[in-house]
Amino acid sequence: MHHSIEVKDLTFSYPDGHPALRGVSFSIAAGEKVALVGPNRAGKSTLLLHLNGILRGQGAIAVCGQPLSEATLGAIRSAVGMVFQDPDDQLFSLTVFDDVAFGPVYQGLPEAEVRGRVERALAEVGMSDRATRVSHHLSGGEKKRIAIATVLSMQPEILALDEPTSGLDPRARRGLIRLLGELPMTMLVSTHDLRMVRELLPRTIILDGGLIVADGPTAELLRDPDLLHAHGLELP
Amino acid sequence: MHIPDGFLSTLVAIIFWVSSIVGLAYALRRTGKDLGERQVPLMGVLAAAIFAGQMLNFSVTGGTSGHLLGAALATILVGPWPAVVVMTTVVSVQALVFQDGGLLALGANLFNMAIIGVAVSYFVYASLRRMTRGASWGLFASGFAAAWSSIFIASLAAALQLALSGTTPANLAVPAMGGIHALIGVGEGLITVGALAFLYATRREMVGAAPAAAKGGRGVWALGLGIALLLSVLSPLASAHPDGLEWVAEQEGFLEAARTPLFNLIPDYVLPGVSNEALATILAGILGTLIVFGVVVAVAYLRRSGKPAA
Amino acid sequence: MLSLIFAGAGSPPLESLLRANPRALLGAVVRPGRPLVHIHFLDPYRPLASPVHDLDGRVKFILAVAFILTVSLTPFGAWPVYLLLWSIALSAEILSGLGVGYVLRRAALALPFVLAAIPLAFTTPGTPWLEFPLGPWQLTLTLDGLLRFANVAVKSWLSVQAAIVLASSTEFRDLLLAMRAVRIPRLLVAMFGLMWRYLFVLVDEAVRLMRARSARSGIARRPADAPGRRPGGSLAWRAKVAGGMAGNLFLRAVDRSDRIYVAMLSRGYDGEVRSFATQPVPPGARVTLWIGLALLGLLWLGGILVWG
Repeated sequence: MHHSIEVKDLTFSYPDGHPALRGVSFSIAAGEKVALVGPNRAGKSTLLLHLNGILRGQGAIAVCGQPLSEATLGAIRSAVGMVFQDPDDQLFSLTVFDDVAFGPVYQGLPEAEVRGRVERALAEVGMSDRATRVSHHLSGGEKKRIAIATVLSMQPEILALDEPTSGLDPRARRGLIRLLGELPMTMLVSTHDLRMVRELLPRTIILDGGLIVADGPTAELLRDPDLLHAHGLELP
Repeated sequence: MHIPDGFLSTLVAIIFWVSSIVGLAYALRRTGKDLGERQVPLMGVLAAAIFAGQMLNFSVTGGTSGHLLGAALATILVGPWPAVVVMTTVVSVQALVFQDGGLLALGANLFNMAIIGVAVSYFVYASLRRMTRGASWGLFASGFAAAWSSIFIASLAAALQLALSGTTPANLAVPAMGGIHALIGVGEGLITVGALAFLYATRREMVGAAPAAAKGGRGVWALGLGIALLLSVLSPLASAHPDGLEWVAEQEGFLEAARTPLFNLIPDYVLPGVSNEALATILAGILGTLIVFGVVVAVAYLRRSGKPAA
Repeated sequence: MLSLIFAGAGSPPLESLLRANPRALLGAVVRPGRPLVHIHFLDPYRPLASPVHDLDGRVKFILAVAFILTVSLTPFGAWPVYLLLWSIALSAEILSGLGVGYVLRRAALALPFVLAAIPLAFTTPGTPWLEFPLGPWQLTLTLDGLLRFANVAVKSWLSVQAAIVLASSTEFRDLLLAMRAVRIPRLLVAMFGLMWRYLFVLVDEAVRLMRARSARSGIARRPADAPGRRPGGSLAWRAKVAGGMAGNLFLRAVDRSDRIYVAMLSRGYDGEVRSFATQPVPPGARVTLWIGLALLGLLWLGGILVWG
């Protein structure tokens, strides 16, 4: 069966020797929406950074059926849209347009196609009128949406999001959850926001100490207060 | 030390533009080799940090305050070549956006703050660090000395540029600029040491090691030594014998004047039909005033009549 | 470097202070009892609708540089040429809607440097105009010297006006396009862009640091509350604290640049700076450019011919 993401026995240690991932295996089917939860330093962000080859650990990773290697790196980075926690890291251009166009430009697309994609991506996140704005002048919620647009413009098959709701006020958070619910692609969301998980993501993977300690339907896992408590999580 | 436009003669401004462009082009090439694809984000954000760091002022006394220039700090943290690029970015944007230093004078300002500042910092820091053999007090002493000398030597360069342009006599410019910046350099030194102390406590690997880039640093080291020697010899000399520099300035004046015969198609041309030179000048002045007035009134009128439409 | 910011008893309102010297901002922010001002004051760009704002940034950039070059090349004593150059600057100031007052107020920024040219007034040989003793010296002000001084001051003053109109009427991204148009390496232009983008982010962080510092340092509200004590410890201590914050900023910058790099890589960045080919300069702007350059060339020629 063709999986969107397949990770087999992934192990990774930081240069200082701190082991971040200790044999992680899972697979995600096309169109699945999965939460990645666990305490800080459990290895969630490290895992996400492996999905597009920014970090290289031991083990096998395949994205959309293609094993990750030097040769497939470009294609895989296009296929996995990585949305980072701090939108100020992701929006590094002067204007919203330049940021959303960055991915498509590096995909080598012609200018007309890039413009079309920017337009569509901004429309998808409801920010069409912000194209000429300067990133610094946007609100937190707007920044998050545009950070998502910067990867939508690359037309990825998978969205990997790191803490998408952190730092948002309730209204912006609500809007963002609605937006994520409307997006059709495969999704892997690293988060502490279990209320969002319950609402949005039918499957949950709990990561702790670099190991997968639970992987199953969200509704089931969230019914187990002992499990949650053991891994530093709280019932929503 | 940011020289505005108007204070440097065109020739001096252009000479230093060319020197800075050559230095910068070389620095960009070296940086590309050393940092690879990381260079754009790293240096861009570091430039922003220096710029923001320059805003952290601390009161000295009586309503005056000191703040950082940052050439020494940048040199210590990222090595000489990237520091040249970082300081170029900072000084250029300051000129372009904040009029902190002129645009035509930018070449000279870049030369003083990005090239001399970094080269001297590197020379002083690398030498002292080696002499103190990696002792932690050596880091701070070297940092202070590098920061102070970068400011002081760069100010001497600025003074000589002004003297060379015939704007300020060397025997005034050198002691005045040098004297003020010898004090300012103390502020720069203190704040640089403060920054180094913070980094030493939190991220020792960034500053703890001996000079960041021994790689290819020898050239910069020699350049720094050369500049420091040249300026510290040349400045008192020029100051003691201002006639010498004035002579150079005059030569340059001749150089610029030498061009005029080319255009001197109508000798003693003043204004047609007016033979008296003084009268012609006055008339030209009045004419000019009228034209200015006319243009301003016309523009104002156009603007007002255009407003309802806009 | 140290800039001298004279913020004495009768300090000007914060806003004008900031406009005059954006660096004063953080000093101002931490003074107790003063409002915190948002950092947008930093950007001198003033969004207005005017023909000068609408003019292609590249044309504006080239014209401003050409103007400054012409001012620099105008020979000593060519007062009518200076006057005409000023009329051009004035026209741009009025047309841009910035207003003469705004530009001249900002232009006052560069004035302190004029001190450097004052010796000219006393050292140029010529007809003595005014003599007075200063300590052990007898200073002789000559008319020629005064004119030489005025020559430098006027050059500086005219040039800075052009730079102000350019910076106040052109958005930073258009300035970047202009830099690309005059063949400044893409790499450097990309760094300018990143620096501008993160300047605001880092300044916000710096403001937070300063606020934390002022919240913790028990500065007496009024000097009278603690007579004879310098607020905030010794000079070295204050410099060390400021330095610590500079180091802190550096650290944040390095960490952030790592994260930005990762975000760039994730979207296919390969170390090469890429961007769209720039649009050609529209014909109208082209005409403006040539007319402007011709005018400046004429003024330059006139200056050289008559006063050179």
